[in-house]
Amino acid sequence: MHGEICYLIVKPHDCDSICLTCSTAGIFVNGGIDNEAEEIDYERHSEIYKDLVTFLREKSAKFSENMSKQQHSFFGDKKKGKKKSTSVTEKEEVCTLSKPSLALEKSPSEKRRTLKKLEPVLKWTCPVTQEKKNSAKESQDEKSTPSITEKPKSTSPPTLAGKPQSLSRCKSSVKIEDLVSESSSESEEDEEQPDHRQEGQTDLPSEYWQIQKLVKYLKGGNQTATVIALCSMRDFNLTLETCQLAIRDVGGLEVLINLLDTDEVKCKIGSLKILKEISHNSQIRRAIVDLGGLPIMVKILDSPDKNLKCLAAETIANVANFRRARRTVRQHGGIKKLVELLDYAQSKTDPMHHHCLYETKDVEVARCGALALWSCSKSHINKEAIRKAGGIPLLARLLKSSHQNMLIPVVGTLQECASEERYRAAIKAERIIENLVKNLSSENEVLQEHCAMAIYQCAEDKETRDLVRQHGGLKPLATLLNNTDNKERLAAVTGAIWKCAICKENVTKFREYKAIETLVGLLTDQPEEVLVNVVGALGECCQEHENRVIIRKCGGIQPLVNLLVGTNQALLVNVTKAVGACAAEPENMMIIDRLDGVRLLWSLLKNPHPDVKASAAWALCPCIENAKDAGEMVRSFVGGLELVVNLLKSENKEVLASVCAAITNIAKDQENLAVITDHGVVPLLSKLANTNNDKLRWHLAEAISRCCMWGRNRIAFGEHKAVAPLVRYLKSKDTNVHRATAQALYQLSEDANNCITMHENGAVRLLLDMVGSPDEVLQEAAAGCISNIRRLALATEKAKYS
Amino acid sequence: MYTANRKRLQKLTDCTSKASKHFNRYEIECLIKLFYTLLEETAEKQSSIGIDRNAFRNFLHTTFGMTDDMIMDRVFRAFDKDNDGFVNVTEWISGLCIFLRGNLEERTKYCFEVYDLNGDGFISREEMFHMLKNSLLKQPSEEDPDEGIKDLVDITLKKMDHDHDGKLSFADYETSVKEEALLLEAFGPCLPDTKCTYIISSRRKDNANSFAQMQILSRWIECWTWSKEDLCSNPDSPT
Repeated sequence: MHGEICYLIVKPHDCDSICLTCSTAGIFVNGGIDNEAEEIDYERHSEIYKDLVTFLREKSAKFSENMSKQQHSFFGDKKKGKKKSTSVTEKEEVCTLSKPSLALEKSPSEKRRTLKKLEPVLKWTCPVTQEKKNSAKESQDEKSTPSITEKPKSTSPPTLAGKPQSLSRCKSSVKIEDLVSESSSESEEDEEQPDHRQEGQTDLPSEYWQIQKLVKYLKGGNQTATVIALCSMRDFNLTLETCQLAIRDVGGLEVLINLLDTDEVKCKIGSLKILKEISHNSQIRRAIVDLGGLPIMVKILDSPDKNLKCLAAETIANVANFRRARRTVRQHGGIKKLVELLDYAQSKTDPMHHHCLYETKDVEVARCGALALWSCSKSHINKEAIRKAGGIPLLARLLKSSHQNMLIPVVGTLQECASEERYRAAIKAERIIENLVKNLSSENEVLQEHCAMAIYQCAEDKETRDLVRQHGGLKPLATLLNNTDNKERLAAVTGAIWKCAICKENVTKFREYKAIETLVGLLTDQPEEVLVNVVGALGECCQEHENRVIIRKCGGIQPLVNLLVGTNQALLVNVTKAVGACAAEPENMMIIDRLDGVRLLWSLLKNPHPDVKASAAWALCPCIENAKDAGEMVRSFVGGLELVVNLLKSENKEVLASVCAAITNIAKDQENLAVITDHGVVPLLSKLANTNNDKLRWHLAEAISRCCMWGRNRIAFGEHKAVAPLVRYLKSKDTNVHRATAQALYQLSEDANNCITMHENGAVRLLLDMVGSPDEVLQEAAAGCISNIRRLALATEKAKYS
Repeated sequence: MYTANRKRLQKLTDCTSKASKHFNRYEIECLIKLFYTLLEETAEKQSSIGIDRNAFRNFLHTTFGMTDDMIMDRVFRAFDKDNDGFVNVTEWISGLCIFLRGNLEERTKYCFEVYDLNGDGFISREEMFHMLKNSLLKQPSEEDPDEGIKDLVDITLKKMDHDHDGKLSFADYETSVKEEALLLEAFGPCLPDTKCTYIISSRRKDNANSFAQMQILSRWIECWTWSKEDLCSNPDSPT
């Protein structure tokens, strides 16, 4: 009979075994087994029940009772191709196995049992809610496992056909092993809305059957039948996961992909239209790649039919959402073909073809190509492949178009690719910035977002930052700041502002546009992605005195300091930088101090991430420099100085440089210098002396020169062999290093032994060169050092002869 | 023959080119020449007024690769407006005009005409069954081989019968095609393959390779390249 799934023999605990037929319509009692004929009497002998649980509830009081208070699970769906006799024995075995657990549950409420019995069988929503409550209550109870052994009818469809049926029967607590993984969301939905299940129960299987039937026609039909089946399949709601997975589960994907390999354009179009829809599902995407769909779609890109090109490109855009797929597209030469699609809108709009129809179709081809490239461009190697295929000039040309739906994927691709250095150079060369800026003023929020994002990526480069200003991009950016509803766009815009603000001229413009005030307003109630950029932008703006004043005046310091307690690493790096920059203003520093900002900064030195540590240490420098009673303040942090000194053991050059700078500032206070000396700052600094990093050299030399001011530190540096490496710093090309080193050497030269070391390492000649420097501080320090060395030499000579 | 009929040809071209909107004068001239070539090849009776059913079917088969006899018959009927059993030169031009270059509306009308086997203005369930009966692979396991076809007819009706009267009116058909262009040839191919139309309508010389591949179209193309040489002086043609 049509729609029958399997036949069961059920032996409940408290009555005789019953022979059942499970069909798509439900479950009913059949005539039982004729033992001699080994045949089942298929006639229906009872009414049809919705599912097995309902049936058993009706038939067996004990089952009903146990079900009502237990969380249960099926380990069902075991297919037994054996004869009934064996399955009967198996069934009985299972029952005996489950006996103990059933017996355990015997005692509780007789009342509930009677209640259950009175319930109308088909109204199954009630038991479900009841069941849910109970299962929640007694979830810790042992689970009983009423097992079911099935015997599929030989002609009935196997597993796949069984699935929807059992799925629809899935109760909140019922688990069917192999279903849970893929359709969990589905059954969850059922659980929450028991009312909808009535529909689901009749709908779900029917869709499954219908799709299966259509796939059968796809397989066995000629072109005409195939087209009809494809069109009919599109009438299903292909955005539903149920339908998407149904197509996959009945083997539809294989057929659809096979159709792509035929010569029939109509079949290909129909198939791609379906694939395009269902490939929004990640499982389908993977299945398509596993079945080798991508190479065929890439091949279709060569087709002369523009419809086909578009559909193939759009489907590729959907499928290429994960790395393996993107790689497959590239390996089959897809990138090059997709880039060629971009050329479509141009080559065909020559004056010969002024038909409007053709033009829109060509634009559509280019749009779909860009869409696919956008997906593909998320892989590093693909970006390079797009560039090599000559994609950048084409994208640049398309960017001049006025078709908004095309601009979005084009800008999206550019934005993805702009993370690559070479792209940024090409983007500059192709004058793309100009058009990005133009589209910032578009009406479309998504387009604005991607343009801002692209500018954000590109503005890593100095010239690009200038270009943005020259093309008048700063004003639209500042204007977009005022619309804070669209968070994604806001994040992109603030990002672009941040990167542009690295350039001083741009900051002046932003000040003109009152962007700084707006940015301060964005310091509260924004998602972290936005905050990171806002704070980053403010950090850049704060490099100038005027802006620091503005930030203070519009109350920006408090929210900034408040952000110091966050956990987002990128945000902390930017916040510390901004706070540090603000602290350059004594008046700002007062506020920071009052808000306990320095303590917060100091505690960030314990942050596990080196970038945060370094940034916090840099920020501390202006704080200590500009705070009133800095020495007292620093001492008030219990264990703070020890923490700083110990950071000199770090491996990270940036952390070391920043900590050296902090130590330079700390050491300005005699008492603190004494404390850090006790914590062993001298040997730690000396150990760092052998470095080639100019930034570290600079700050290290400054720290050494400061630390010389206490006790016998000068001698100690000599003992720890810090002097000889310092002399070599004078050969560096960095004048900051020269100045700091000369000062350090000057301090160290107060000790006679150090003078000898310097002399031995040829310091005098190097210092003599420095005396000729235009930098007065350097001149003076070099001269002082030479004079110390000279004086020692004179004294020695004098001692010799006298 | 051409010399003999030069004047007639001129006259014919003149009057048909006014009537046909999708072909230009040169194209029409080519098509008329093709018509007479076909006529000459096949016609035993010298006085025949047009291409008869067999010759026309033969033309459809060799040039456009059509195979379904019934559909080819119906195409002939669609061409043969006056129902005299011959496609005369006017019918030939106006038929090909839709067949090769017709817009969606024209082609919808034409296809409906082809599929409406008894010409009663509706495609009935029986007609569909008739047209689709060879569309499914016969599976030996199935008890009733027609069941699949019946089902397919049901599916088609469900999809296309918008007024739910159990048959397709032209309105039903038109709506369906507008929604989904793939349904234009829902009951069997009765228009040239898209590949052919692409080549023929693209009118580009650089398609030489594709031309060469299309052996079946050779005669048609011969006629076409011939016309293109004439077209070179035409401002419309690509240089």
